[in-house]
Amino acid sequence: MYNQSPIHSSAGTSHGTSRSYMVGFIISVVLTVIPFALVVYPSLPRSTTAWVVVALGMVQIFAHLKYFLHLDTAKEQRWNLIALIFSVVIILLLVGLSLWIMGSIHHNMLAH
Amino acid sequence: MFGKLSWDAVPTDEPIVMYTLAIVGLMGFALVGTVTWKRKWGYIWREWFTSVDHKKIGCMYIIVALVMLLRGFSDAIMMRTQQAMASSGGPGYLPPEHYDQIFTAHGVIMIFFMAMPFVVGLMNIVVPLQIGARDVAYPFLNALSFWLFVVGAALVNVSLGVGEFARTGWVAYPPLSELGYSPGVGVDYYIWSLQISGIGTLLTGVNFFVTILKMRTEGMTLFKMPVFTWNALCTSVLILASFPILTATLLMLTLDRYLGMHFFTNEAGGNPMMYVNLIWAWGHPEVYILILPAFGVFSEIAATFSSKRLFGYVSLVWATISITVLSFIVWLHHFFTMGSGANVNAFFGIMTMIIAVPTGVKIFTWLFTMYRGRVRFETPMLWTLGFIVTFSIGGMTGVLLAVPGADFLLHNSLFLIAHFHNVIIGGAVFGYMAGLTYWFPKAFGFRLNDRLGRIAFWCWLVGFYFAFMPSYVLGFMGMTRRLNHFDNPAWQPWLLLELVGVGIILCGVACQAMQLFVSIRNRVKYRDLTGDPWDGRTLEWATASPPPLYNFAEQPKVNDLDAYWGMKERGVSTLSHTDYRAIHMPRNTSAGLVISVFALVCSFALVWHIWWLAVFGLVASVVAMVVRSYDEDIDYFVPAQEVARIEKARLKDLAEA
Amino acid sequence: MSNIVMDKDIAHSHEQGHEDAGSMRIFGFWIYLMTDCILFATLFAGYAVLRDSVAGGPSTVDIFELPYVLAETALLLVSSITYGYAMLATNRNHTSHVLRWLAVTFVLGCGFIAMEINEFHHLIDEGYGPDRSGFLTAFFTLVGTHGAHVLSGLVWMAVLMAQVRSRGLTNTNTTRLSCLSLFWHFLDVVWICVFTVVYLLGVV
Repeated sequence: MYNQSPIHSSAGTSHGTSRSYMVGFIISVVLTVIPFALVVYPSLPRSTTAWVVVALGMVQIFAHLKYFLHLDTAKEQRWNLIALIFSVVIILLLVGLSLWIMGSIHHNMLAH
Repeated sequence: MFGKLSWDAVPTDEPIVMYTLAIVGLMGFALVGTVTWKRKWGYIWREWFTSVDHKKIGCMYIIVALVMLLRGFSDAIMMRTQQAMASSGGPGYLPPEHYDQIFTAHGVIMIFFMAMPFVVGLMNIVVPLQIGARDVAYPFLNALSFWLFVVGAALVNVSLGVGEFARTGWVAYPPLSELGYSPGVGVDYYIWSLQISGIGTLLTGVNFFVTILKMRTEGMTLFKMPVFTWNALCTSVLILASFPILTATLLMLTLDRYLGMHFFTNEAGGNPMMYVNLIWAWGHPEVYILILPAFGVFSEIAATFSSKRLFGYVSLVWATISITVLSFIVWLHHFFTMGSGANVNAFFGIMTMIIAVPTGVKIFTWLFTMYRGRVRFETPMLWTLGFIVTFSIGGMTGVLLAVPGADFLLHNSLFLIAHFHNVIIGGAVFGYMAGLTYWFPKAFGFRLNDRLGRIAFWCWLVGFYFAFMPSYVLGFMGMTRRLNHFDNPAWQPWLLLELVGVGIILCGVACQAMQLFVSIRNRVKYRDLTGDPWDGRTLEWATASPPPLYNFAEQPKVNDLDAYWGMKERGVSTLSHTDYRAIHMPRNTSAGLVISVFALVCSFALVWHIWWLAVFGLVASVVAMVVRSYDEDIDYFVPAQEVARIEKARLKDLAEA
Repeated sequence: MSNIVMDKDIAHSHEQGHEDAGSMRIFGFWIYLMTDCILFATLFAGYAVLRDSVAGGPSTVDIFELPYVLAETALLLVSSITYGYAMLATNRNHTSHVLRWLAVTFVLGCGFIAMEINEFHHLIDEGYGPDRSGFLTAFFTLVGTHGAHVLSGLVWMAVLMAQVRSRGLTNTNTTRLSCLSLFWHFLDVVWICVFTVVYLLGVV
């Protein structure tokens, strides 16, 4: 069958294996339970918890990208990766600069 | 049953609107009547409305853009006339409620329904041909994008006769655009027409991004692409990254108006300034979407009509890429005065000045291309020269406005109006006109009348200077934008001068209309048999005019930049083969049109709060999409004999030329 | 003239020289997903700005129930795995397994939606609907937009299940399953951002 390419199809997505899904799942479960536990049963200072929660969330996103979305640095995936990185840059600029701007305006409104 | 809709929605008490509707109605009736009398509906349906061919779709985009140019320009004439009449304290002839809709519609139409479709139309016609491809990556999506755009344009036009339009200015700032201060349907028309045509634009961005990356012919690496295609690629990236912001922001305004939410309201914790921030985060990349393709057009024209390779290709490409990236970190310059601190203003001011640099690089590149070239002053070249002078002035006033301290005085004055019209008309519109003149023979197979084209150019150029240079003066004199009437006699001479300018531009537009009429009437005499009337350098000129539906019988192999020029120098013709193969092409379909018609039903119903009709329209639209997804008969093969017949006819034309 | 190629996918790739039609579809869909990310980013930015605009009404700590959110998260996460298994079955060309795993995914997705509707309904009943304050507006919109995406995915899934059932695992259907796979996993990624930024950071 023409479309039964092996693990890597040309520039579409690569396919996973049962094992990679299971690994991704377990990592995701761990990376979900820990932040929830840290928040529901506060044991660290507030800001530390916040940073840990965000960091673990970012790690879990990477796990999803790798194990579920099969994004890697293979040649066929090159443009997918570039598009993702560019989008992330735009998002960081948009959200970051917006918060800076709105924060500055808020401050100048002499808000209490 | 019909929500807020009633017969009162037709503005029978406004004579100007009623006369306009009557004239439009008559013209429409005449058009429909002519088509019926000549029995052309079948042809139009089969060859155009259901087409998925990028060349046809591109032409349709531009036709709609030109029609909307007339409406947007009429708005401009009305505004200028009102200002000239009302500058000594009198009320003029347009009451404020009407005037406000006119300047809003003028902006919305010119940006969304004239400039954007012109850009998308030119990209559609040219890009697949320039990269040696048969069509875009997703031909059906291309047709759908066009019809969604038409829905947006239709809504704006319907608002003239049924209801009203927004009175908020083309960016519709809250709280004025919120329900409390705009209880009518005008802002709702605005929201839905932008939202729906915005979806079409986003899909176009996906389409061209994938097309350019994945469908270039053999040998055409990224750095062997024509510059127009590079600009189209960067424009697509800008669309992809910025239009979601518009979608989300309009969604927020919609939720405020329809479900009583509090994103941008004055009360209950809303933040109107957040709208301004977000809408300009989209708005600034949007103006680069409008200008980059124009830059691409000028690059092609400068090289072709100087009979010389484009100077500094690599730096041009990197300049374009850097403009693309930088356009996402300058947007605050649209609201320096909104109250952010000095650090924020300084950062964005500096970034705005930096973004002028790559554009300056481009100007020098075009000048160096012409230097020592054998420059032919054909009409496209005239537009290019007019652009270089005019856009440079506009760019410089932009750098002036980029200084926050200066902007505090000039924001929302006529100086600002002058600046952006300077760059949009002198830059974008001149580019579209140049592209239209340049590629018209390719799209339709005959040239435009040259004399009328030249007269039109000079009218536009001279008219523009009369119409907008006084605005710089008026800005310094303190005149604010969007004024319906005022009482400063010192302003009036300048305003009268501007009215003269508008009149001259009107002559230009009239010349262009005549040019089309005369050229079509004389199309046999103006026929271009070679496919290459300008001695072009890029692959689109290797095809017949107009190209066959499949563009290239055999996709050319490319070795170098200016692929076609190289072929001509080597004496290699793309037609020198005898074995023609069957060619795989997508089938025409009405699905795009049908989906869009239901989208129009849904959005019109939403404007007027006819909830049952809105639900029906939405469901029907989705059902039409599902029906399309079940359709398996979506492509076919052009038989080899048919290809051979078409190519042999082309060879015959070439021999005759 | 004798090499008329009738398989359209192969014809496509011979002509273009590189991509087959299916992988170009999938790439295009990935690009669309990137734009969807930016759409969500805008909504997140709005939420960040409006989070403290409670207008005298409830704030995050008053209305978020984390165990409930954990359950929603579990449903969505498991549904990602079950969709993954559907894709593995697709590669093995095992139509009945594909349909079975899709059905499980569908049920889990419906469960997620039901829980979310329940949460919203409860809040609205107490007078804490999206029209109460800027914070609630932003919360309902961000979480609701994600939910609307999930709902669209479910509609798509149902149609695709019907198409696979009637026509089998054709090239077209396999490509569509791949696109939906990207969509479904991407929704789970967005949910990670939602429960982190909205719920966890709201209560921390």
